[in-house]
Amino acid sequence: MYRWDFAPVLANADLLLQGLVNTLAVTGTALAFGIPLGLALALARLSGRRLLAWPAGFVIEFFRTTPPLVQLFWFFFALPVLIRVEMTPFMASALTFSIQSSAFFAEVFRGGIVSVERGQWEASRALGMTPSQSMRRIILPQAVKRMIPAFMERAIELMKTTTLVAIVSYADLLYQANEIAQKTFRPLEVFTVVAGIYFVVILMISLLARRLERRLAVSGESTVH
Amino acid sequence: MGYQWNFAPVFEHADALLYGAVGTLRIFAICLVLGLSFGLVVGLMRYSRRRLLNWPATAFVEFFRNTPVLVQILWFYFALPMLVPFEISPLMAAALGISLNSAAFSAEIFRGGIQSIEPGQWEASRALGMTGLQAMRRIILPQAIRRMLPALTNRAIEIFKMSTLASAVAYVELLQQGKLIASLNFNPIEVYTVIALAFFLFLYPLVRATYALERQMARSDSGGD
Amino acid sequence: MTQPLLNITGLHKSFGTQQVLRNIDLAVQPGERIAILGASGSGKSTFLRCLNFMETPSAGSIELGGRMLGSEGRNGARVYAEKELTQLRQRVGMVFQQFNLFPHMTAIGNVMEGLRTVKGVAPAAARERAMAELSRVGLADHAEQYPARLSGGQKQRVAIARALAMDPELLLFDEPTSALDPELVGEVLGVIRSLAEEGRTMLLVTHELGFAYHVATRVLFIADGEIHEAGTPDEVVKHPQRERTRAFLARHREFSL
Repeated sequence: MYRWDFAPVLANADLLLQGLVNTLAVTGTALAFGIPLGLALALARLSGRRLLAWPAGFVIEFFRTTPPLVQLFWFFFALPVLIRVEMTPFMASALTFSIQSSAFFAEVFRGGIVSVERGQWEASRALGMTPSQSMRRIILPQAVKRMIPAFMERAIELMKTTTLVAIVSYADLLYQANEIAQKTFRPLEVFTVVAGIYFVVILMISLLARRLERRLAVSGESTVH
Repeated sequence: MGYQWNFAPVFEHADALLYGAVGTLRIFAICLVLGLSFGLVVGLMRYSRRRLLNWPATAFVEFFRNTPVLVQILWFYFALPMLVPFEISPLMAAALGISLNSAAFSAEIFRGGIQSIEPGQWEASRALGMTGLQAMRRIILPQAIRRMLPALTNRAIEIFKMSTLASAVAYVELLQQGKLIASLNFNPIEVYTVIALAFFLFLYPLVRATYALERQMARSDSGGD
Repeated sequence: MTQPLLNITGLHKSFGTQQVLRNIDLAVQPGERIAILGASGSGKSTFLRCLNFMETPSAGSIELGGRMLGSEGRNGARVYAEKELTQLRQRVGMVFQQFNLFPHMTAIGNVMEGLRTVKGVAPAAARERAMAELSRVGLADHAEQYPARLSGGQKQRVAIARALAMDPELLLFDEPTSALDPELVGEVLGVIRSLAEEGRTMLLVTHELGFAYHVATRVLFIADGEIHEAGTPDEVVKHPQRERTRAFLARHREFSL
């Protein structure tokens, strides 16, 4: 019978905490760049101008279709050779997941934008708004609200996907777990605790997202019926 | 700047890549079958009103959806051997992680699909004297599967992408072979570019098929009854 | 005769291979109120929507206030610059069948929106103006309500206020009462009637024959994308000359006159 012993894990709690901070840092960075980039890609894809729509469509489809780990390897191992820059694990990770998540966010944005009724475009155009004014003042505010569930889901997916950065030795939570497991010979306890930490953090974000959705659903005055 | 691309060394190792591709297909097939069939079981349990079935299924789904799949794989590879009296191979660990993760996601697809069938279909089949199980098998599931098809295809694509994570426990698949070739020939650019393109070319037709299915569903849903 | 406010010559519109409007000529004098009748699918809404370029005409030209819109393009169709169209739309207000209020803004927010975003009016002045327009349509006490809380008739009155706030020289009404429950039609028609009494220039696509008869200065009957018959309300609604007009009126008269 295996005798569980969590003491070695607790003794390394500071490393795990540092790992969690790093996980949040790479997730946050990817969100900070991925969301605006995703919006830009979505607008380019919807622009109706082939010179914009086509490259945007390709970036979106390519990054949604290829495995994120392959992308990460490309940015970490291949890109530095190609452009001759030092690539730290953090830079490669932030770059990969900013672009990767932007491809997914682009589709969330696009879905939200096209879900807004045509009449909203017409009414704003009929007032004399330019296309960009209509988009900013009338369409996006309505689209963003409808996007929130898909958006939270994507953010959670992103956080889970960032565990891949451990493979290129960025010291995220999973990487630290692996280090501690090798140091203490307690992989069972370490990986169980780390799985638990991810579960709790992600579950908390999910619950928060669900509360937010319900709040928005209740404040019905600004929803379309 | 001015990097000289040279794909020849990559193609000299075509046999090694092919060997990796077979590994990728093998783990994909295993995880697809295990993930979807176990997902159906869990989905039915989730749908059931009996607490003894419903509760464990819910816990399973929530846990596996809210933890990163790479953490699950590493847990099965490094932690599980502490608990069981036999060896855990890289294939077993990766297949377990990916299958269970996919089961959790597809369970929600199955549950949603079953729930989307109008209660009238249940009533009509019960009125004919069918048992609950017969109604499910003969009437409900055939209709539900059709509606779930786009989401399930999407899941299959995700499983394929996830198969690259098996390289983290040194299972021999495409990416793992690529790593090997890149480290022998110092040509990460060409290797990872070829691998990324290979995934894209293989998966993109499937992605397009999903889009087509979605459009077809949308049309038949709006046009029907 | 004074210079027409709007002068339409040889207007054509097709969607793909389907011709929806053919060869429409119409001059609208300031102060005229033109009711446009026709069966559904006759092209009457498309015609109205061509006038503020919700649809781009396939051929023909439109002059507003003596200025020809667009420039000569290849193969006869005119091309229109985005900027020119946004300027045109500031001078031409439109009221839609489905209201198309902005659901994320209050009633007064909807009315202020064009003033703020398009005309760049300062917030306080825009609010004051918007309030005046809401009072005119009898909704001053609903200013802070979101559209979801308003009845159909109230929504359409807000939409009218939204168009009026832009000081349009021409108002386009696209079946403004067709989406309303019968008991709510009156309040909207009342507002439009009061605008008519102010002498505003308007084009109105409608199924309300009686209203067209009493309020319009001129009536057009459109069939198969052409102006089939035109004249004073008395001529077209009371004494139609052509068979199709008569048949159309016979189908509608029993409900509305």
